Amino acid sequence: MSARRVVVTGLGATTPLGADVASTWKALLAGQSGVRTLTEEWREQLPVHFAARVALEPAEQMERVEMRRLDRSEQFALVASREAWADAGSPDEIDKERLGVVIASGIGGVITLLDQFVNLNEKGARGVSPHTVPMLMPNGPAANVGLELKAKAGVHTPVSACASGAEAIGYAFEMIRNNRADIIVTGGVEAAIHQLPMAGFAAMKALSTRNEAPQKASRPYDLDRDGFVLGEGGGVLILEEYESAKARGAKIYCEVAGQGLTSDGYHIAAPDPDGEGVQRAIKFALTAAGLSTKDIVHLNAHATSTPAGDIAEANALRKALGADADHVAVSATKSMTGHLLGGAGAIESVFIVKALQERLAPPTINIENLDPAVTIDVVRDIPRQLPSGDIAALNDSFGFGGHNVVLAFKSI
Amino acid sequence: MALSQADVLAGIKEIVEEVAGIPAASIELGKNFTDDLEVDSLSMVEVIVACEERFGVKIPDEKVTELATVGDAVNFIVNAAA
Repeated sequence: MSARRVVVTGLGATTPLGADVASTWKALLAGQSGVRTLTEEWREQLPVHFAARVALEPAEQMERVEMRRLDRSEQFALVASREAWADAGSPDEIDKERLGVVIASGIGGVITLLDQFVNLNEKGARGVSPHTVPMLMPNGPAANVGLELKAKAGVHTPVSACASGAEAIGYAFEMIRNNRADIIVTGGVEAAIHQLPMAGFAAMKALSTRNEAPQKASRPYDLDRDGFVLGEGGGVLILEEYESAKARGAKIYCEVAGQGLTSDGYHIAAPDPDGEGVQRAIKFALTAAGLSTKDIVHLNAHATSTPAGDIAEANALRKALGADADHVAVSATKSMTGHLLGGAGAIESVFIVKALQERLAPPTINIENLDPAVTIDVVRDIPRQLPSGDIAALNDSFGFGGHNVVLAFKSI
Repeated sequence: MALSQADVLAGIKEIVEEVAGIPAASIELGKNFTDDLEVDSLSMVEVIVACEERFGVKIPDEKVTELATVGDAVNFIVNAAA
């Protein structure tokens, strides 16, 4: 039996740029920023007064009673999954024992945890909601989507900080390849715009403090970048075994061809400046996908806009791709969406699927002075046309803890 | 303070609608919380805590399992407040 192939048959997203994939993609190509000054008074406690909230509140898209039992991260997961499932043609007739869910989150229901701690202190133990634990558990987003679709092949939540969303997609890919499932709802979400996680990131000096110009704050590869901008939302893809997708006449976007996973063994938060783990992850992904560096025309970079991270990644990409990096259009879409942590690798995979479909690499905004140490070909300000014919693209995602995940996609 | 059965029923209707999204019009004394109204175990905890706050009564955990219907809850609360 030849290897089972995995294809993408549906997409969903709720992001700072739009309420769905279509509006997000349109804003992305137009180079818009989803970053705003926060309206909450607590911003004054922090050195950072801005973030990238979702364009459309979940309250506009779900019933009130449903919302009150769900953490915000779970709301994002349901919103994006419903869109993706519908986009895949709502294949409700499939065998539920062959349907799985792999949706990640970097931090889980942190807002619920903190809100309920306030309830405990103000009202005592009886004031704590009985929904607290199902709302704060990091597997809650995946579990709620699994319940809604009655998925029985397995519901999973890989956690690897900002690589979580990509790792989830890789896990889903393996589940189909290994014949555990025929169709998986997969992606990542994050809802951590709250004073405590923001204070924590700020204490690490990881966040930009460009309060006077929030929409200029996320500026990957720019000489004056000073940290990332926290975003929220999520992205979901429907992955499906190729033959079964064809058999039911599904619309097929592209193929998920391979993944590469490594760890740095270097530092809990700082990137390895040599990017050795990143280079190995790229090689593993290409090998698994049966691709060479010559096939890659586009890469959606992790590029969060931190001084150390962007350069370590750019150097690793140049080393791993060699001379072929000259024909890889690199997009740093966090310049527009902010950094969705566990949702990042997922929305960026959605963007890659759209890029392969429309043959357009989205732009990177806010590069006023390109850091001269960056030797890769960054798509700046306006989208770039990708070649016709058979093409392939990579998404790389990294997380605190030294996690490296690279996903390879190819046209079909 | 004594509470009338009608006052308590009206209050429970509001709470169950708020917590579980069940239309107040469908909530009647004879309805079973679990079988008829499909209030799950977690939401039932919310209903009980909300009733305690609203009516100023204490509903011990061991009593909760005995409150199968809306009428059971109304009677317990009316008696507890009397």
